[in-house]
Amino acid sequence: MIFTFPHLGNTYIIAKSFLDDFGAEYVVPPLNSDKTLEVGLKYCAEAHCLPFKLFVGNMVQAYEMGADTMLITGGCGPCRLGYFGEMLKKQAQDIGINMDLITLEVPDQGLKELASRIRRVSGTSNVLNIARVINSAKNIAVRLDSLEHLAREKRAVQRVRGSVDKIYQGFQRDILNVKGSEQIEKLIKDIEIALNQVDVNMDLKPLRVGIVGEIFTTIEPYANFSVEKMLGEMGVMVTRPVTVSGWIINEMVKKRLPFLKDSKHEEAAKKYMPHMVGGHAQHTVGNSVLNALHGYDGVIHLYPLGCMPEIVSQAILPRIEEDYGIPIMTVIRDEMTGEAGFATRVEAFIDLLKKRRDEHLNEQSKMLYGN
Amino acid sequence: MSRVKCFMGIDVGSVSTNITLIDENNNLIEKLYMRTDGQPIESIRTGLKDMYGRLGQSIEIAGVGTTGSGRQLAAAIVGADVVKNEITAHAVAAQKEIPDVRTIIEIGGQDSKIILLKNNVVHDFAMNTVCAAGTGSFLDRQAARLGISIEDFGSYAIRSENPVRIAGRCAVFAESDMIHKQQMGYSREDIVRGLCDALARNYLANLGKGKKLEGPVVFQGGVAANIGIIQAFEMALGTKIVIPQNHDVMGAYGVAILAHEGLGSSYEKTGFAGFDRLMGDYTAKSRECDGCSNGCEIVQIIMDNNPVACWGDRCGKWSGAAV
Repeated sequence: MIFTFPHLGNTYIIAKSFLDDFGAEYVVPPLNSDKTLEVGLKYCAEAHCLPFKLFVGNMVQAYEMGADTMLITGGCGPCRLGYFGEMLKKQAQDIGINMDLITLEVPDQGLKELASRIRRVSGTSNVLNIARVINSAKNIAVRLDSLEHLAREKRAVQRVRGSVDKIYQGFQRDILNVKGSEQIEKLIKDIEIALNQVDVNMDLKPLRVGIVGEIFTTIEPYANFSVEKMLGEMGVMVTRPVTVSGWIINEMVKKRLPFLKDSKHEEAAKKYMPHMVGGHAQHTVGNSVLNALHGYDGVIHLYPLGCMPEIVSQAILPRIEEDYGIPIMTVIRDEMTGEAGFATRVEAFIDLLKKRRDEHLNEQSKMLYGN
Repeated sequence: MSRVKCFMGIDVGSVSTNITLIDENNNLIEKLYMRTDGQPIESIRTGLKDMYGRLGQSIEIAGVGTTGSGRQLAAAIVGADVVKNEITAHAVAAQKEIPDVRTIIEIGGQDSKIILLKNNVVHDFAMNTVCAAGTGSFLDRQAARLGISIEDFGSYAIRSENPVRIAGRCAVFAESDMIHKQQMGYSREDIVRGLCDALARNYLANLGKGKKLEGPVVFQGGVAANIGIIQAFEMALGTKIVIPQNHDVMGAYGVAILAHEGLGSSYEKTGFAGFDRLMGDYTAKSRECDGCSNGCEIVQIIMDNNPVACWGDRCGKWSGAAV
């Protein structure tokens, strides 16, 4: 069996750690690009959502590299992602390629079913060994998220433009050459040290912007035109509350242990959306409120065209905008979206936030000095 | 004779390229509106040559700003000091002409936007993306199809007594609906007026979406020259609409002001490359980079065999190297 997996930001590194530790054979499909989307579009109906089209692109490209089994993570809640496994299976049949699908999630059949799926990947029934590997993969996920967080913070205050991304790109190049969770963790540590040595200007008071929305579009740089990098280079401090590690821990591990789940966003969303309507809609609403309460300057809401849960949250966001006086901009992504138009919107939005902050500071000084 | 200090604004849009010159008090002293015709580099050069011919001997360029979808390209060619998006540029220009403006309707060649201001600050904005219905190029095309020059389009509309209702949701459907109405025997005046109404309706439904549009309302962009559309908006909004004097070059005007503000009164040296440089030979080369699996499309601007600018790469390998 030669495994593969679709791309979602840095999750390929987690999958790599997981498979390396089991000694399994696998191929990493090329990072998402226009080419991937082109392949996906060829086989998908127009109404399929962008993440699915890219998943199909990954699947076909990995197949060409020799993969025969694809690992995917399941959906959280009633949104199309929950059917991706089944749909990809059908899609593979329609295209006429031989691709087995293994969905790693806690299915309704319970933990036992998940364990048997993992046994197919690991080739071992040693429970201790499996638990150890899963634990280190989870640790890698947590470390990756804190690395991304560090990169976002440093990027906003770096003195020399591009110095953070030089290191970060080096990381993405080198990661493919190391094997196993231990070595991956070591590389992450090295990069963290390098990032901490970047020359920064601590006197800057960067604008703070939260990124909310559908998980794939917010995490995968190809799907959001590397919005984190774009904003960082404008000197904006970006926060993205929905992370891969948070998702693994909350939706996969603690799904059956509700009392351990992180539910701050649910609490914050209560007034506007008391129930889960699928996908990450409740996260979007709740995190927008939390961003406002934490004094953020603005929120950017991203989702792929036709994403039902986010259409619901988009309808609620103007209320939050009004109630908390925080500007929120929604951008919808599909394969027709041009990068230039996207950049123009983001740039104009940041101008708006800057002007608002200046205005606010003016008002404060007027009050202080009474003129 | 001492030369007058001027700031130049260049707005390279999909349909038109506009150039403005302002003096140190932000007063417009010269403007130029011309078609881009799909050749932005050529049109910038022609425009600047024209500008130089008119005023070149008596002015000194103290700063340059660029905006519009071709802003990066224009900035690379002329050596701009400020590169700004259209929304900010339009808002700045509108505020200069009508200081208490609250709503800006802007309809250009290929896109349309709405900008709302509160306390003199941009408070909210929206841009159309997916649909060309109701933009300048669509009107151009329909005017040509009806055999009317675009300049007369508006006067046809106001002569109408019984406007027909046109489905304006989509450019393709609008066109087939228009043909249908035409074959039914409606007059051109009524069809044109119907089209103007449909455009205003579509704009307000798509961009105005639940937003509160408060006066004063300013209408700018090339389409603001169209009296038919102005009337349609006034009817739909139930308020008077202000058309700024230089409605057609507001983007270029705004970015000229921004260039002035950006450089401040200290007059740091401008990056403007001078009118002479434009006489050189410019070419744009594009290719796909094979450095990694991203496969970025790289565009390189070459002047007299020297690369002056490069973009399109995700990693910065080329854009960092060229400058």
